Amino acid sequence: MKAEIEVLQPGLFSSIQDLGRFGYQKYGVPQSGVMDRYAMRVCNLILGNPQDASVLEITFQGPQMKFNAATAISISGGDLSPILNDSPVSLNEIIPIHRGDVLKFGTRKSGFRSYIGILGGFQTGELMGSKSWYESLTDDFRLRKGMKLLFFSKDMEERKTHSHLKTDLNYIGSTEIETYPGPEFGELSAQQRQKLFSVSFKTGKNSNRMAVQLEEDFENELEPIITGPVVPGTVQLTPSGRLIVLMKDCQTTGGYPRILQLSEKAQQVLAQKMPGEKITFKKVEY
Amino acid sequence: MADFPLISPMGERAILIDFGQDYSPEKLRELLFYKKLLEKELLKETVEVINTYNSLLIIYVFTIEDIYSEVSKLKGLFKNANIPKKINSQIFYLPVCYDEDFGPDLKLISEEKNIGIDEIIRLHTTPLYQIYFIGFLPGFLYLGGLDERLHISRKKTPRKSVEKGSVGIGEKQTGIYPKSSPGGWQILGRCPVDLFDKNMDPPTRFSAGDKIRFYSVSKDEFFKIKEEVENGNYELKSETYESGN
Repeated sequence: MKAEIEVLQPGLFSSIQDLGRFGYQKYGVPQSGVMDRYAMRVCNLILGNPQDASVLEITFQGPQMKFNAATAISISGGDLSPILNDSPVSLNEIIPIHRGDVLKFGTRKSGFRSYIGILGGFQTGELMGSKSWYESLTDDFRLRKGMKLLFFSKDMEERKTHSHLKTDLNYIGSTEIETYPGPEFGELSAQQRQKLFSVSFKTGKNSNRMAVQLEEDFENELEPIITGPVVPGTVQLTPSGRLIVLMKDCQTTGGYPRILQLSEKAQQVLAQKMPGEKITFKKVEY
Repeated sequence: MADFPLISPMGERAILIDFGQDYSPEKLRELLFYKKLLEKELLKETVEVINTYNSLLIIYVFTIEDIYSEVSKLKGLFKNANIPKKINSQIFYLPVCYDEDFGPDLKLISEEKNIGIDEIIRLHTTPLYQIYFIGFLPGFLYLGGLDERLHISRKKTPRKSVEKGSVGIGEKQTGIYPKSSPGGWQILGRCPVDLFDKNMDPPTRFSAGDKIRFYSVSKDEFFKIKEEVENGNYELKSETYESGN
């Protein structure tokens, strides 16, 4: 019998992700991959998985899922109150799963995205060297009701696991976004630069895996650039004066001035911010 | 004035190499030469190099341990390089049906530019378009070489959905929508050939440095080619050519 998870309720937005795609950006294919690499790492370390084993990334409101075989899972990142068969379970610990168990989520306690790791990773389809779902590329791009996710049923005792892993989850509550100057940073005026690092910005409602838009208007006189490369963490300044922080599913090229470039850690911090939360940029140098 | 190329980190997993503001087919050849050199010199498994009009970006799978030594290593590579005058690339011939059913903006372009539809088709099928790079959407080709007489501004309000294969013009650029998506370009026809197939490796036949020429086909031919494409027995016309001074 195939070991699978049945999706009873899909939640707000959940998708299978790993470290993303490499070698296909020259064809215009985004990197994708988990928004919070640290949480994915914790999930896999706890289970003794390879560090690139795929995880389920869930957003704000978690799904409800039923396991038809025994395994073990781990949950890290934001705390969306995971509940196994009506009892709360802890984050950052190994969670044994028995046949018929049902996992669901309650109210959000911290962060915005939570991650579910499973022994051996999810055995879902791979495309271009990655299991990451992306809307215009993979057959599935979000969890749907009734969907089945395959996994390897394994006896937990066979595996060497790190169930007492030390984690530092302070980044989830942090509002400080570390950023390097971007390629067009030098074209900003002294006042603009000063403003960037002294005021706080609010994350916009229409933020997703492609980009986080910031709500404040930012004075802009910069012309668009000749379309150039962008990567996750690039902050663009639009002609109308909006700051757009590109995230993992972003396009490979863009024509707006790239004024900042978030550190890897800052991308994790931002991935855990709810729409409407305040952030501040902190300048760091290479 | 700064010395080009400018090599600088873009975050902890990428290095940007900026070749200055202007771009041309000659400069593209130079970029692609350096791109190849980088792919050879840096471990292929841990980096990917992409190009745009005027820059290269090296994307690292892992965070770069020592950014300073990586940047100075790259500077050394660029100093000692000899750029060849000629390179081989491909010309692809792509069919386009410039029927008003497929080109809903043909009339508008004709009226705004005061050019007859036949002349629009002639102007659009004459140039050998340079593929500068692929970006924006999977398989979207950034083409250079559109006749100035066809430059036209984008739609003020983008269409909610532009059909896959639609051939359009936005300002100085022409291009093909590789899949149905929202878009603001003026649409003058449709191409029955798939530009991107996720199940193929590589997923597209086209690369930066190749060239494209469009040729006009009737609606009947369009559907015939479309059927061949769907049955997997369509053969895209192409030839190798040597470009250079």
